[in-house]
Amino acid sequence: MQNWIDAYSWINIRFLLQGLWITILISVISVILSFIIGSVLGIIRYAKIPYLSRIVGFIIDVIRNLPLLLIIFFVYFGLPAFGFKPDTIPAAILAMTVFESMMIAEIIRSGILAVDPGQMEASRAMGMKMSQAMWHIVLPQAYKKMIPALVSQFISLIKDTSLATIIVVPELMQHGQVVYGQDPNYIIPVFVAMAVMYFVVCYALSLLSKFIDRRMA
Amino acid sequence: MIHLLTSNWSEFISGFGWTLLSSVLALFFSLIIGSLFAILEVVPNKFLRIIGNIYVEIFRNIPLLVITMFFYLVIPLYIVKINGFTAGTIGLTIYTSAFIAETVRAGINSVDPGQMEAARGQGMTFWQAMRYIVLPQAFKYVIPPLGNQFVNLVKNSSVLAFVAGFDLMYQGNAIASQTFDTVNTYVIVGIFYLIITLPISYYMQHLEKKLA
Amino acid sequence: MKRWKYFAVIITSLLLVFTLAGCGSQSLSSQNLYENDKKTKTVTWGVKADTKLLGLVDVKDGQEKGFEIDLAKAITKKMYGKDAKAKFVTVTSQSRIPLLKNGNIDAIIATMTITPERQKTIDFSNSYFDAGQSILVKDGSPIKKVQDLNNKTIIGVVGSNSVQNVKKFAPKARVLQLPDYAQALTALKSGQGDALTTDNVILAGMAVNNPGYKLQGKAFTTEPYGIGINKGQTDLKSAINKALSEVEADGTYNKLIMKWFGNVPGFNYKEVLRK
Repeated sequence: MQNWIDAYSWINIRFLLQGLWITILISVISVILSFIIGSVLGIIRYAKIPYLSRIVGFIIDVIRNLPLLLIIFFVYFGLPAFGFKPDTIPAAILAMTVFESMMIAEIIRSGILAVDPGQMEASRAMGMKMSQAMWHIVLPQAYKKMIPALVSQFISLIKDTSLATIIVVPELMQHGQVVYGQDPNYIIPVFVAMAVMYFVVCYALSLLSKFIDRRMA
Repeated sequence: MIHLLTSNWSEFISGFGWTLLSSVLALFFSLIIGSLFAILEVVPNKFLRIIGNIYVEIFRNIPLLVITMFFYLVIPLYIVKINGFTAGTIGLTIYTSAFIAETVRAGINSVDPGQMEAARGQGMTFWQAMRYIVLPQAFKYVIPPLGNQFVNLVKNSSVLAFVAGFDLMYQGNAIASQTFDTVNTYVIVGIFYLIITLPISYYMQHLEKKLA
Repeated sequence: MKRWKYFAVIITSLLLVFTLAGCGSQSLSSQNLYENDKKTKTVTWGVKADTKLLGLVDVKDGQEKGFEIDLAKAITKKMYGKDAKAKFVTVTSQSRIPLLKNGNIDAIIATMTITPERQKTIDFSNSYFDAGQSILVKDGSPIKKVQDLNNKTIIGVVGSNSVQNVKKFAPKARVLQLPDYAQALTALKSGQGDALTTDNVILAGMAVNNPGYKLQGKAFTTEPYGIGINKGQTDLKSAINKALSEVEADGTYNKLIMKWFGNVPGFNYKEVLRK
């Protein structure tokens, strides 16, 4: 019992919460960036532009099929060869963004595919340009359909930030390791605390997604 | 890079083998466990449904790394000694089974409920109707998403590197830090992963198109 | 079959991109880091975050603390004056050399032994600390010396030379490499291995707040720690060497040794005092 009380001293909890804050910060920035980039890439792939769509498609498929851990290594150890030297937190954001953009691009593409193609044709027939029809008619419906998939991707992203501990990003998992590194008796309490923190954030999001889904239906 | 590959060939190949083995084992067990919890989530018994729900929600909302490290560091301390490979594979199984449960449940729900009623009307028990009527149809729907889960599984198996599971990523880390040829080592590691994941994910895309 | 053609295209283009990237990475060596740092009055050091006594993140304020941190600060001040700043980037044994070569950090002061293999890739300052490799075991363990580890499991850290050393002394030992020391120690406590091997000073730091574990036997190698510097940075290297000898000459070095190691059971600080 004493172990738990000591492990949950305010100093330790505060340190874990600081880690959680970085986890959330990385996740939120990455999800916003990858939503934008993913939408663009998804539309490019959907639009079947000669060569460009194919090339974008290959890049999406390759990155989507690699472990995130590897993407983190490429960004942190590989990018500096191109003259860009990110710190750990920007590196984590960049790696997450690259990876998640590809995942979101696929979600967006299948969302667009799920919208009845007749809608696009009808809007074109009414004299709309392809981009107008996309922006005003197809995308709003596609996004509505994609909300559950997008939210669960966001949840994955939050969980996946824990992998960034391998490059010593000061996020929740890394801070947890520092805390239980101090004292062997802290392992279980720290694991419980970490699990609860991740769970609360992710579960709240999934409830939110269910709520939105019900409101929209 | 060719030299790097040939001089560390046996490490890469053994890592590749462990990654594959861990993924296949985890897929097998998580299919069983996942289907079980999926059924629990749709049974008429409220208590069982809640248990199924709790399991799925907990393990879907905690990072795989936390689950795996828990099995590697905590379980041996109090319960039973397990090595990194086992701990990693158990972690993968539990984590993936929660996702498979969701997939299979969606598959079950997509089967017309009239079929269950009809089967029950014919005098079948709930479990018989599930086993012979609903599940076979549900699995047809869930094959493409399950294939994608397997791709995720292979990618996620890289957490074994955190617990000395001798997988591809672990070998990659060891080779990279011995040869100091970091980027090239990880490119090779990446290609090995793609050899497994790309064909499966292309095949699943193809299947999805065919089924749609 | 079209897909297979694309698959081949992807892989070849990936290979191409990274080969080109490898060729393009020469620009760093043409910079003079010593002059760059002089302008900003800042040296960026790669330090450990998980090694008690040497470099450890303090849970209270999130700052790195330890002998290497203090030494890096002292060297920075000797190099560029009292108002110069030491900036710290936390590294692991695995990430430190890639980060140095990439230019994320100017120098490594992170429990890194000067070895001939590493000297092929990077340069070292003069040694700033004399450690030796040893093993940490549970109290009452039958393992008395490194040779007892044959057919046993030993835990080390990815990227440290201790995992390679131990194979020379106990060729039949099974080696597990974990990402960092915090995890390696926890794995030892969880019974994932029979002993943890690394340098005695790191192990001494672990033994301090882990009662029930002790340093076993004499150090079986000598591990002179050096500050890692990129090849070609001769100005930076000689400036660091000069600053290091000044820090040793004016007594700061011994003061820091006393501060961090003066009271560590199982570690005789007198052996590492200088002059």
